[in-house]
Amino acid sequence: MKLSKEQLLGFYKTMTTIRAFELKAAELFAAGKLPGFVHLYAGEEAVATGVCANLEQKDYITSTHRGHGHLIAKGGKIDLMMAELFGRSTGYCKGKGGSMHIADVDLGILGANGIVGAGQPIATGAALACKLLKNGAVVVCFFGDGASNRGTFHESLNMASIWKLPVVFVAENNMWGISNYQKNHMNVADIADRAAAYGIPGVAVDGNDVIAVYEAAAEAVKRARSGDGPSLIECKTWRHRGHFEGDPAIYKDPKEQEAWLKKDPIPRLADKIIELKYATRAELDKIEADAQAEIESAVKFAEASPLPAPEDVFTDVYAE
Amino acid sequence: MTQMTYAEAIRDGMRMEMRRDPRVVLYGEDVGMFGGCFGVTAGLLDEFGPERVFDTPISETAIVGSAVGAAAVGLRPIAEIMFVDFMGVCMDEILNQAAKMRYMFGGKARLPMVVRTPCGAGQSAAAQHSQSLEAWFTHIPGLKVVMPSTPADAKGLIEAAIRDDNPVIYIEHKQLLTLVGDVPEGEYVVPLGKADVKREGSDVTIVAWSWMVQKALAAAESLAKEGISAEVLDPRTLVPLDKEAILKSVGKTNKLVIVHEAVKTGGYGAEIAALVCEEGFDLLDAPIKRVTAPDTPIPFSPVLEEAYLPSEEKIIKAVHDLF
Repeated sequence: MKLSKEQLLGFYKTMTTIRAFELKAAELFAAGKLPGFVHLYAGEEAVATGVCANLEQKDYITSTHRGHGHLIAKGGKIDLMMAELFGRSTGYCKGKGGSMHIADVDLGILGANGIVGAGQPIATGAALACKLLKNGAVVVCFFGDGASNRGTFHESLNMASIWKLPVVFVAENNMWGISNYQKNHMNVADIADRAAAYGIPGVAVDGNDVIAVYEAAAEAVKRARSGDGPSLIECKTWRHRGHFEGDPAIYKDPKEQEAWLKKDPIPRLADKIIELKYATRAELDKIEADAQAEIESAVKFAEASPLPAPEDVFTDVYAE
Repeated sequence: MTQMTYAEAIRDGMRMEMRRDPRVVLYGEDVGMFGGCFGVTAGLLDEFGPERVFDTPISETAIVGSAVGAAAVGLRPIAEIMFVDFMGVCMDEILNQAAKMRYMFGGKARLPMVVRTPCGAGQSAAAQHSQSLEAWFTHIPGLKVVMPSTPADAKGLIEAAIRDDNPVIYIEHKQLLTLVGDVPEGEYVVPLGKADVKREGSDVTIVAWSWMVQKALAAAESLAKEGISAEVLDPRTLVPLDKEAILKSVGKTNKLVIVHEAVKTGGYGAEIAALVCEEGFDLLDAPIKRVTAPDTPIPFSPVLEEAYLPSEEKIIKAVHDLF
């Protein structure tokens, strides 16, 4: 599959925007400006970017506690996301959700989620609705290696497979369930092998290669959209930072960390683009600088935004 | 009006709503050709076809979790969980997903979904198939909790639950399924949050719901013969709760007995007692009494189960204690 210049530069823009958002969030959290918990996606940008590049606005995703990258890749508005991290009334959830609960149903983002694995049945149900409503949409369910051990994984993949639902399950294997290394929490090397239990395709790809992710997702999305049912894609990647900001990640082997940093998906894509002569280093630097500027602008928006009113605690519990 | 059973009334209500709105679908374990474990969904597959009435694997988590996703995207699912006792299996989907999605998203989601599930003892089904767990759901803001006690209410409340844009836990009692009563024909909606006085009285208020309404009515009949006029008030929905109706009735009788089949500690009766103490203390002439199951698991042997369950006699004794 040959990807165009526009596609690859688009990937680069998305990935550098995610990275800039995450590093800014880390900085803000360390400075005590963000309340609550923050789980960052730095290092895993190729997964969300490569997968979501196959989606249309009408398509849906479910995300995770480590969700900023998915939301940005699906078109989430950076300023509204940042304002939510700050707990402001202009945020996506009016300050009621925070980092772990950002959603934009109109953009098909059915929410980050604070419960590991909870997106799997929700994505299955969204796909059931898409199929029964015949709206032509597909659903992508992002989750981690840890979540592939939940009962939700089994029930959802089984249900989606028997009903041939238009859903793509994307396991982001960053090799860590918090501090628990993959080989200590599952007895298989490839989560993709678990697809066999449901009679659906399962493929493991280099999750730090955005083109490989894009191609695998393209096939799975096509399969889902044409009514042939779900697929499981495992993207092997690495979480650059701790589980949450403030986690020193003492459980990581420094040599392994160093080796993975050398496989950082963003420089890899930059090298590919330059090799293909789609852009110069200076042009890529410009894309990165623009992404950085967008994040700075979002921070300004968030910091200038009003806090929620205390009485807002009572609203939005029930729909009228 | 037509005569039908409580089970038929639930089915008739679902049928009306499924005819009215093509987005309403019904699924769960054995709800299709089998007609549901208690026969409540019998015949709906034939009328609406396999795209709207379908069986699921034994996967309570995926049943409720998928209903959340389906509702968020535009269906109006009715998910059946075969026994309320199985709700523990899918509790995260109730507690952290269905109930909270709207609030967490800042009001930008609607979850028009109903989880229908049978509760209750009386059939020697023992500890894992007989419970009354409504208090769990009342403790989770974002849910509505419905517990009909008559065939007419069963129909009117299922239609209201299906039309509601929030997650509704609709709990039907196994012992009531064969109860026959008058039920309005055609579409019939009983608004959520409106209590019903099932029997008027002036000496004591008995607040009861689900099967216990029938026990309370029997007790009231006996009490009438000895000259005590008991009012039986059925809140019908625990969330939202018709507080005004309870306070109004207690204001009339000045005595309150609360009857529920669930265990005593942490039961919803405590919430109603607290409501009356906080907002109607001056209305009371006597301490509030609760008639409930004891704080034990539900036993199997009929003699033990009978000892466990609240009964007409236990209600009468509680009323006598107030006079």
